[in-house]
Amino acid sequence: MEITHYLGLAAILFAIGAATVLLRRNAIVVFMGVELMLNATNLAFVTFARIHGDVTGQVLAFFVMVVAAAEVVVGLAIIITIFRSRRSASVDDVNLLHS
Amino acid sequence: MNDFVAPPIDWAAVSPVLIVLAAGVLGVLLEAFVPEKARRTTQLTLTLAALAGSLVAVGLLWDRVQENALSVVGGSYLLTPFGLGVQAVIGVCALLGVLVVAERTTTGQDAFAPAAAAVPGTAYEDETRRAGLQQTEIYPLLLFSTGGMLLFPATDDLIVMFVALEVLSLPLYVLCATARRRRLLSQEAAFKYFVLGAFASALFVFGIALVYGFAGTVRLQGVVQVLADPSVSPLGSMPALVVVGLLLVLSGLLFKIGAAPLHAWTPDVYQGAPTPITGFMAACTKAAAMGALVRVLFTLANGLDPATRHDVEVALWAVAILTMLIGTVVGAVQTDVKRLLAYSAIAHAGFLLVGVVGMDEAGSRAVLFYLLAYGLASVGAFAVVTLVRERTVSGDDTGDGATGTVPDDGVVLGEATRLAQWAGLGRKAPWLTAAFSLFLLSMAGIPLTAGFVAKFGVFSAAVEAGAWPLALLGVLASAVSVFFYVRVIVLMVLTPPPGGEQGTAPAGVASSGTTARDQQGGGTATVTGAATRTLVSRTVVTVVGSRGPAAFAIAVCAVGVLLLGILPAGALDLVGQAAQFRP
Repeated sequence: MEITHYLGLAAILFAIGAATVLLRRNAIVVFMGVELMLNATNLAFVTFARIHGDVTGQVLAFFVMVVAAAEVVVGLAIIITIFRSRRSASVDDVNLLHS
Repeated sequence: MNDFVAPPIDWAAVSPVLIVLAAGVLGVLLEAFVPEKARRTTQLTLTLAALAGSLVAVGLLWDRVQENALSVVGGSYLLTPFGLGVQAVIGVCALLGVLVVAERTTTGQDAFAPAAAAVPGTAYEDETRRAGLQQTEIYPLLLFSTGGMLLFPATDDLIVMFVALEVLSLPLYVLCATARRRRLLSQEAAFKYFVLGAFASALFVFGIALVYGFAGTVRLQGVVQVLADPSVSPLGSMPALVVVGLLLVLSGLLFKIGAAPLHAWTPDVYQGAPTPITGFMAACTKAAAMGALVRVLFTLANGLDPATRHDVEVALWAVAILTMLIGTVVGAVQTDVKRLLAYSAIAHAGFLLVGVVGMDEAGSRAVLFYLLAYGLASVGAFAVVTLVRERTVSGDDTGDGATGTVPDDGVVLGEATRLAQWAGLGRKAPWLTAAFSLFLLSMAGIPLTAGFVAKFGVFSAAVEAGAWPLALLGVLASAVSVFFYVRVIVLMVLTPPPGGEQGTAPAGVASSGTTARDQQGGGTATVTGAATRTLVSRTVVTVVGSRGPAAFAIAVCAVGVLLLGILPAGALDLVGQAAQFRP
């Protein structure tokens, strides 16, 4: 396995995540797209850590995981609040603010 | 067992951040242990004390930092004069912002939902309202957010910067969802802010990964060293990594300051969020993100080779021009005060970027002064918006039987944010109108206000750096923006209240509206468009009195804006000290 395979996979996962955020309609799926982007970043971090032969990248991956967990808490809370008031989790329905 | 050596940590250097974050943790505990009645007072005292303490810490550090930058844990926390200057701006704006948040006005209600988790329009929500509950968690959230902002421009470590970005953003997402009125809009704003913010921070962290891949370190100084001598890193032969990484990191930061391709969230979030939070967010987030942007850009770009650096500059030019253009042109057609101020915030992001393109000391000096000038005007302007409200008209003549229950004053509702409702405000509240006009004039950059000195600073920094076409465009955009600020002032001062033009009102409203206006005397004005609103058929625009904090904040902001405009020398000296290289 070449190192570029890992990096290529990270880039592809990141692109899929970004496309999910920009194109999908369901708030939960959009949110999963963000998570995918963060996990692609983690893969890139550990791959680079392997190349450089130090653990910095692996430690950074932990930081990203912790931040992602915090983001899930806040994000799901907001999505559930919206779902409870509108009975819908579609991004398209959230459009009161376009005057 | 005894061979443990504690790392040497300069606690004093970290104190501005630590005080605020520790107070935030304490605030969460207070929620659990302090009886409900005393909670608000306790939280508010703690918050104000912490922010004031943080400002004092900044003041005490000021002279020390001038000698050399304070580096804690190998640069994870790096306090430079510029970083400290940004912390001072954030501290001042946060303090004023919290005063506006604490305002309960003469109606005895603050701007926040009694229980933000209650579903809008349910019996449970009504009950929480009747019980007079308060969501005092907003104060610890504000402190956490401020703590993240203080850390953001004061680190040399990209991953610490990322953590700080999240620490400042996550509480803001929650705060955006807590408005007392128009709760669906508020939740929607929070959702949009969250999704786009999470997307931007994912870009940011992927950029960090690429920079790390290139250099094997996430310390900006380390990256610059590798750029100077690429042979020390296994991937040193791939400078594309660091360029793409830098661009992604910059996108994350440009999102936070609301620059052009990534500005779409700004109007929606500024409109939907509770207005005191909008003011806080506009001033402080912009300062923090700009501080971090200057740190990253000035450090990394100066390490790049001239050709690549030029490319980065071209990208910055494009972003700055687009941002100014969108901010001023789209802002000119807005009909909602909060959206108007949001587009003005976008335009200001563009002006700030004009100051940055030179990537030199003049630029960071100008940016720092601009952040202070804009922060004061922005906190003040949003504070004014919180006081201009809609009020139902008691309708004895409509025969709906409500006369007995509704007091003569009617019920004060949410903010009257439609621009048309602001017509004739000058007669009802001359002082408030004067203050608001002053803030707008400062944002427009009229001489004798802080905005003029600030704009002069960024444009001359751009000219010094050879970017005179950009400065010229900036001056033009600034001139156009004068029109839309002055339009609002003319509306407030010269245009008669819309109640005087009954011809334009829907017939049913017109007749009863006249009666109502006669009853209310000259103090109020009927709103002709009110019939189109769903909740109440007739409302008037009223100015609620402040119980002190907001009035104080507005006064301080107004005095600050004037002082910085008339006697800028003192502030410019301080800013000059703070802008010594390195950023």
